[in-house]
Amino acid sequence: MDKLLGLLQENARLSCEQLAVMLGKTPAEIESQIAAYEKAGVIRGYHTLINWEKADANHASALIELRVTPKRDKGFDEIADKIMQFEEVESVYLMSGGFDLAVRVNAASMQDIALFVAKRLAPLDSVLSTATHFILTRYKDGGVVLNPEDERDERRTVLCD
Amino acid sequence: MIDYQQRMNPAILQIPPSGIRKFFDIANEMEDVISLSIGEPDFVTPWHVRQEGIRSLEDGKTWYSPNRGFSELRNELSVWFNRHYQVEYDPNKELLVTVGGSEAIDLCFRTLLAPGDEVLVPQPSFVCYAPLASMAGGVPVIIETKAENRFRLTPQEIEEKLTPRTKLLVLPYPNNPTGAVMRRADLEAVAEVVKKHDLFVLSDEIYSELTYGGTPHVSFASIGDMRERTVVVNGFSKAFAMTGWRLGYVAGPRALVSQMTKLHQYGIMCAPTTAQYAAIEALKNGDADIQNMRSQYDMRRRLIVDGFNRMGLTCFEPEGAFYVFPCIRSTGLSSEEFCEKLIYQEHVAVVPGPAFGACGEGFVRVSYSYSIKHITEALRRIEHFLGELRR
Repeated sequence: MDKLLGLLQENARLSCEQLAVMLGKTPAEIESQIAAYEKAGVIRGYHTLINWEKADANHASALIELRVTPKRDKGFDEIADKIMQFEEVESVYLMSGGFDLAVRVNAASMQDIALFVAKRLAPLDSVLSTATHFILTRYKDGGVVLNPEDERDERRTVLCD
Repeated sequence: MIDYQQRMNPAILQIPPSGIRKFFDIANEMEDVISLSIGEPDFVTPWHVRQEGIRSLEDGKTWYSPNRGFSELRNELSVWFNRHYQVEYDPNKELLVTVGGSEAIDLCFRTLLAPGDEVLVPQPSFVCYAPLASMAGGVPVIIETKAENRFRLTPQEIEEKLTPRTKLLVLPYPNNPTGAVMRRADLEAVAEVVKKHDLFVLSDEIYSELTYGGTPHVSFASIGDMRERTVVVNGFSKAFAMTGWRLGYVAGPRALVSQMTKLHQYGIMCAPTTAQYAAIEALKNGDADIQNMRSQYDMRRRLIVDGFNRMGLTCFEPEGAFYVFPCIRSTGLSSEEFCEKLIYQEHVAVVPGPAFGACGEGFVRVSYSYSIKHITEALRRIEHFLGELRR
């Protein structure tokens, strides 16, 4: 059923009937499979991929590298848990390599992000250092090219191939 | 004033042009047309394949290749073909790389047909067989395949058209426009007739990688002793989404391929070299791309077949290529009227069945080489169109 996940990842708005036809199942089977995925936490939600740069001029985002001290018994989980509570935080990843946590933050302006880092993130107990990288342009996000140059179908009918 | 009509080859002048331009001219003038008319993949050639083409240009590899194509390409092709269809071809003597499958078809006709030799052409089928056979001096004899046989070719249909001049049978499967495929048992039945009447076969297997339902394509050359009577035409266009690169090939008995190579050598020199470098990469590392595209086409196929059947346009389930061929007789319209009204009223372009032979009347060809979003919108419009017709 991983084809079902693939289809939903690409377009969560397909109906159960459409999905059933495409996958050769009944709508009831699709419904119960989706329910099972939701219950198991495989599917964690459905959202819309928005190109905020087009929708709203007041939008800034940044990728913040954090170096932190892991806690005895809890490792990085405790600090990660604290960070992801902030509304501004879109994603938190534990990374291999030169720093520990990668945090993506959204806010209305770069100024707001700078304040957020200075007032909220940096002062946290186990945070050793932060490095804030502002995202200037999003070319591709969630597997989708955000500003394709030309979406016209350039195929032409040749003969009747 | 030169009277050009008088001065040109009458044999060429009498060949009718492809009759479907009209719809595309209309479609091109409209703003929001949704087309389901195009017969090539919507996928772009896989990036790793394109990269090899680019790299060859960066490295300045801009010269001719050997007439038959690069030996590395032929070697890979031989391995690939054997792996996929269980037929072995000697890369040095039995394979020829051509400019698309079309050149391969042309070479086959010109090599095998003496003036007046008859070629059996099952229809509905791709439009090039009859004109190319005529231009090669042959006489096309049309076999009309039937919806009730799922557009497969039967031995009886062949025997009904046989004459002492019959030399070659064209086997266009998986089929454009019907999506029909011939299963092993169907091919074995045809093979018996072919042997009994000492025919040759041009097996156009260009859609061989696009078959659905888990049963892989069977090459006619793999049936019994048909290899010695069969010219397999195939190419990279549909399997690897490489239409614009213009690369096809012929696999066949040494004596035939040798003569075809001679024609190719004088008329073409060699297939585009950039495309050949890309094709080597496609053969070596392209199986996953094929699987991915096939799986996408399959989902669209199910969606569109279901859509037409729901609307009451009966549509036999196509098992190959990327077309459906619904019957539109229940509307009371001819194929051409249907297509014309559909494009004017709903701005949806599909191709009338008779473009692929007179027996395509009552059907239209619908391509599902489009995104699911595009297909869904087109189906919605066609349903609306049918609703209006019934009122």
